[in-house]
Amino acid sequence: MAGIPHDHYEPQSSGEKWLHRRLPIVGLLYDTLMIPTPKNLNWMWIWGIVLTFCLALQIVTGIVLVMHYTPDTSLAFASVEHIMRDVNGGYMLRYLHMNGASLFFIAVYAHIFRGLYYGSYKEPREVTWIIGILIYVLMMGTAFMGYVLPWGQMSFWGATVITGLFGAIPFVGDTLQTWLLGGPAVDNYTLTRFFSLHYLLPFLIAGLVIVHIWAFHTTGNNNPTGVEVRRGSKEEAAKDTLPFWPYYVIKDLFALAVILAVFFAIVGFMPNYLGHPDNYIEANPLVTPAHIVPEWYFLPFYAILRAFDGEVWVVIAANWITGGIIDAKFFGVLAMFGAIAVMALAPWLDTSSVRSGRYRPMFKWWFWLLVVDFFVLMWVGAMPAEGIYPYIALLGSAYWFAYFLVILPLLGVIEKPLPQPETIEADFEAHKSKTGGTKTVVSPTPAE
Amino acid sequence: MIRKIALSALTAFGLSAGGAFAAGEAGHITDYDFSFEGPFGTYDQMQLQRGLQVYTEICSACHGLQYVSFRALGYEGGPDLPDDQVRAYAEFYEVFDEELDDFRPATPTDYFPQSSLENAPDLSLMAKARAGFHGPYGLGLNQLFKGMGGPEYIASLLTGYTGEEKEEAGAVLYENEAYPGTYLAMGQPLWGDDVLYEDGTEATIEQQAKDVAAFLMWTAEPQLNARKESGFIAVLFLTVLSVLLYLTNKRIWAPIKKGKAGTTPAE
Repeated sequence: MAGIPHDHYEPQSSGEKWLHRRLPIVGLLYDTLMIPTPKNLNWMWIWGIVLTFCLALQIVTGIVLVMHYTPDTSLAFASVEHIMRDVNGGYMLRYLHMNGASLFFIAVYAHIFRGLYYGSYKEPREVTWIIGILIYVLMMGTAFMGYVLPWGQMSFWGATVITGLFGAIPFVGDTLQTWLLGGPAVDNYTLTRFFSLHYLLPFLIAGLVIVHIWAFHTTGNNNPTGVEVRRGSKEEAAKDTLPFWPYYVIKDLFALAVILAVFFAIVGFMPNYLGHPDNYIEANPLVTPAHIVPEWYFLPFYAILRAFDGEVWVVIAANWITGGIIDAKFFGVLAMFGAIAVMALAPWLDTSSVRSGRYRPMFKWWFWLLVVDFFVLMWVGAMPAEGIYPYIALLGSAYWFAYFLVILPLLGVIEKPLPQPETIEADFEAHKSKTGGTKTVVSPTPAE
Repeated sequence: MIRKIALSALTAFGLSAGGAFAAGEAGHITDYDFSFEGPFGTYDQMQLQRGLQVYTEICSACHGLQYVSFRALGYEGGPDLPDDQVRAYAEFYEVFDEELDDFRPATPTDYFPQSSLENAPDLSLMAKARAGFHGPYGLGLNQLFKGMGGPEYIASLLTGYTGEEKEEAGAVLYENEAYPGTYLAMGQPLWGDDVLYEDGTEATIEQQAKDVAAFLMWTAEPQLNARKESGFIAVLFLTVLSVLLYLTNKRIWAPIKKGKAGTTPAE
């Protein structure tokens, strides 16, 4: 792999040489594992390993769940109950899979906001970023279809509402919706295709994850300073970096173990806390639940979807300009997908030459406001669309778009960045001396 | 000990329910104490057996438990009836056998029948389906901190009848202060001394309500004891693993953090 200069794998024994000439797989693994990694990475760089773990967990538990699940509207709900009651350890598999989705999204949001703060999306990591957003979109699709499979009330009505969005697209909407559902309404044909795709998409995600890792192994990791690793020579690069093994493998595993301890506490003691109780009622097309709410990880974008109703002036304007083609419903759909699209375009919307938010005094405030905005949207997405809530949602949605479309381009022009460290090494040394005083407790054993 | 708590969550439910529920009417749910609350709480076997008795003698007249098998009554962590009692209990029920094309007495491998009344919901999962006490701001805080959920709702509903009734569209509706819409179609099922407990427990309305609520929690979540045990072991294991990895990490990084600028670590 290109990128930071470092020692490559040299086959030693005759057996290794034999294999290396024919298939350099050991070399590939070696270079991947020993990749030079900036030595100043902080704790926000652990989410990658958590996400990889989540993907593996979801695939493994999912494959076993499939062995006991029946994708048929008359049996799906009962087969999930069969898993919960009669399959050995089935309740644990299902709760792991259910809550695993939540852990997956917690990690992906932390990972995305890490990237937004430290400018990980900027040149030359745009491709890594775009692939990351693609993975996120696929994750949402997979999670949504997975939620339909237990065939509870929220499964059914969530599917009805969300696929209904596609019906809002002018001209082709109805055809598209029918094509997605496999028929005129959510029914058995919907369940079977969602089941099939829910099995397929995780493997596409896994493929994209490999490309994602390949991309950032080519450019090298970003780091909290945003300053690039020196690449003049192997020696110079070694001053800024450490091999991934063992330094970051052990650090990441430690973080993963702590996160999993919390995860297992949730699975063991409150596995249904993040779910909706209505999904323990079998789907009934004749009874609409009082309050249809998506899973928590969709709420911010659900809030954006609902924010633009027919009384908002931009919606009225869009409706008038397009001669009624863009109505309120379609505008909401555009806004929801647009909210993700603007995120994907961040590398080109951000005009600042400074990568890390650490050296951007004005950016910081706007960034943290975006984080608050995200949580406000999440909260308001769970509230009924009446009273003051639509106004909060509208304000939150407006800020989301303003951040990417107005604030990021402008800040690059008007902001005066703080001085950045010369090298990663300099930052590491400076950071070390700050906390160095308390670290003297460590036994003075030299490297072994 | 009994605290009456008005649940703002149900206000939200009621508000959004539109025509079905009158706006702003919240059910009053009592935060009953159950043995299975908290991370270490487990089912009380005797209570589950009493609850089974209440279900059998009262609720099963209309309601079913279609996802619960008879043999589950003999499982550890449940009512834990001895095998012969499970078999004897199952024989009270008749199931339709497709091979015989006729009814026959149920065996432990059969399931409880479905509801016999069309508008009586199945009770297998009721305790989990009615756990939606999200509390202020919809964050699930009542559920999280007070441990309030389906069993509290069921017990509150069974003790919440005021005795008032009204007629609507030809059907009699009964006033209940726990029910989100205030009036519901089910008449008061428990009046006190409806069953005769074998263990001598006094069968007050509240006692029976709590017992059957606990039993229905078990039918909804039969693996609760095992799940908590697994959770406890996993958390304990991961905590120890975290400590070990923390120490390993500290030790690996120590020479880097102490080392002079630019020195590559010895391998």
